[in-house]
Amino acid sequence: MTTAALHSNTSQIFKRKRLISFAIPSVILLYFAYIFVAFDVPGLADRVNVNNARTLVADIYSYKTHVARSNRTGEVSVAIEGERKGEYAPGIAPDWVTLGDDVTMVDLGKGYLVTLGPEVRFNIPGYGEIVANPGRSGVNAELPDGPVPDFINASKNRLAITTPAGRLSITRNKTEVFKYNYGWELFFFTLESPYYGMGPAALVSHALNGEAGAIWSDFWFNKMWRHGEVAWALVETILMAFLGTFGAAIIAFPLGFLAAKNFTPLGTLRFAARRLFDFLRGVDGLVWTIVLSRAFGPGPLTGSLAILLTDTGSFGKMFSEALENVDGKQIEGITSTGASPLQRYRYGVIPQITPVLLSQILYYLESNTRSATIIGAITGGGIGLLLTQAIITQKDWEEVSYYIVLIILMVMAMDTFSGWLRRKLIQGDESGH
Amino acid sequence: MTDASLGDTSTQTIKDVYFAQRRTKRLLNTILLVLFIAMMVAGFRTADARNAGGFFDGFTSILDFPGDVVSEAIERFHLLPGYLIKYFPSLIETVNIAAASTLLGALIGLVLSLMVTRGLAPVPALVGPLRRVLDVLRAVPEIVIALVLIFLLGGGPIPAMIAIALHTIGALGKLFSEVNENASLNPVEGLASVGASWSQRMILGVIPQVAPNYLSYALLRFEINIRASAILGFVGAGGIGYDLRNTISWGQGKFDEAAAIFLLLFLTIVVVDQLSSVLRNRLTHGAKIGEAHP
Repeated sequence: MTTAALHSNTSQIFKRKRLISFAIPSVILLYFAYIFVAFDVPGLADRVNVNNARTLVADIYSYKTHVARSNRTGEVSVAIEGERKGEYAPGIAPDWVTLGDDVTMVDLGKGYLVTLGPEVRFNIPGYGEIVANPGRSGVNAELPDGPVPDFINASKNRLAITTPAGRLSITRNKTEVFKYNYGWELFFFTLESPYYGMGPAALVSHALNGEAGAIWSDFWFNKMWRHGEVAWALVETILMAFLGTFGAAIIAFPLGFLAAKNFTPLGTLRFAARRLFDFLRGVDGLVWTIVLSRAFGPGPLTGSLAILLTDTGSFGKMFSEALENVDGKQIEGITSTGASPLQRYRYGVIPQITPVLLSQILYYLESNTRSATIIGAITGGGIGLLLTQAIITQKDWEEVSYYIVLIILMVMAMDTFSGWLRRKLIQGDESGH
Repeated sequence: MTDASLGDTSTQTIKDVYFAQRRTKRLLNTILLVLFIAMMVAGFRTADARNAGGFFDGFTSILDFPGDVVSEAIERFHLLPGYLIKYFPSLIETVNIAAASTLLGALIGLVLSLMVTRGLAPVPALVGPLRRVLDVLRAVPEIVIALVLIFLLGGGPIPAMIAIALHTIGALGKLFSEVNENASLNPVEGLASVGASWSQRMILGVIPQVAPNYLSYALLRFEINIRASAILGFVGAGGIGYDLRNTISWGQGKFDEAAAIFLLLFLTIVVVDQLSSVLRNRLTHGAKIGEAHP
């Protein structure tokens, strides 16, 4: 009888368990199906911009040099990424470009050879030679016999040829050759610097000859990569995190006592302090950032204050919880020696909560470095601003990837630093008591 | 015996040593405190100098914008319910982004966490590299991935979802693996002895032990992700953040809609915080809230 009851009971439990173990995955699956429809995942295929992806990926590991010839004046200019700050001085060009009075030869390598002049010739190995005479009447291109291959896009006023070695684009006014090279261009020195293209050994010998300052300033004020500004931006971001976190801790510390049951017997005061914390946390960093940037404008101060306000709420809540968990025996012991209330707090309470508080503060310091980047992107300050600016141009992806690498390194460094400090301070504290 | 006299001097020595120690400790603490205050002051001054508007100029006008929003909301109070309904779908989108990314991140993070826990990892050689992957995923702010993905995929909720999910994988993967380390290996060994595969050992041996802790961390992440999802909306990923940016840019005299959005956002965050805190308390019941910190 009891065995039968037990049996049926057990099988009932098993049935329920089995149901649950099937129900949970199917609920999750159903939710994902809903998201699939609600977020229009099937439509993603149309929205994906393959060209953008290609530019982005290519830009991360390579750069292109533009060799442009104006078909009106015959002037030839060579510029890295086509930017003014990457332009070669007149009469100077990389070794794969041979400047002539009338005709400029561009050697794209592997037999791909472009002759830029009033008449443009492009020799493509395995296909033949394309000749064009751009002028008022159009591009006037002559292609080798046979069907036009996919890599050539020809019309009356425009000819675009894409080959693995480089691209050629001809319009009535302008002929341009693009050659891709690996790496990040001009990362150390721009073209106008005398140190451009020098190897490390040559640089060291120049530095030893008393040019260290000049080398450093050419690097630091590099117009293309702006190393000095980037370093400042990183400092600003860390500063936001530092000021915000510790400022919040300083403000939340006394308020935490107000919100703790065992330190504030007065219910209304406690209630007020707790609702203040809830409000500060509930309004959220985004809204604080918006409100503060209206008053203070963009910059690191706004970011610091936004972090400070949000974290005052979080710290206040955590501190008051830590204070409520304080062991009363230690305080009693101190009281029994005739300590004043202040001494009771100093020797009975503070030593107990310091490790907990410090570890929470340092944990937040690391996470706030990330928040400071995000806030910087919203209000404009620090590395977040540089990143959004670089993304908005939609072409400086090498800079974007550089900033992303810097951000990852910065956050990891802060993580390591705060972990080290946490171990150091908390261990030191425990041995001290 | 010399004990008596020695005892006397030794208490004296102990006292001297103690006071000397205390002095050095106090001195060190004072130096640290001074250093800290100097850093705070210098940091504040630097931040103030590099900001567009100064602290003391802006301080007086800090309440201007909230004042405008609140007064306009009160002025056209009768329109507020309409706005709340109007922006409710965006709110749902924001919450959906957070929920989907938390779920996705938690599921992938769970698998990865089992792969990076020593003793449970199916391929021990992968523990180190996968941990670095998790570190990198955790270190990248969501906004970075979101902005790049918006460029590739266009606006909308999917870039935000992927960005938050990636960050969640990193964060939860680490927390879950810390939880896994505390799981008892006995059930795993028992299952192994009857020939269970790795996935069977994990699903039947490890996950039931630690599921409440997983859930508790995932709920905490959900709270964080709601905020992140609102922020990403603000930079163009859809949802309530996007509407907030639009309504704010309309300028003075039209802040009543922004007020409705502020209200929606505030209520959502508070409700989700409270709900998740209640649930987490129930899951880890016994453990006090203050101690359950990652």
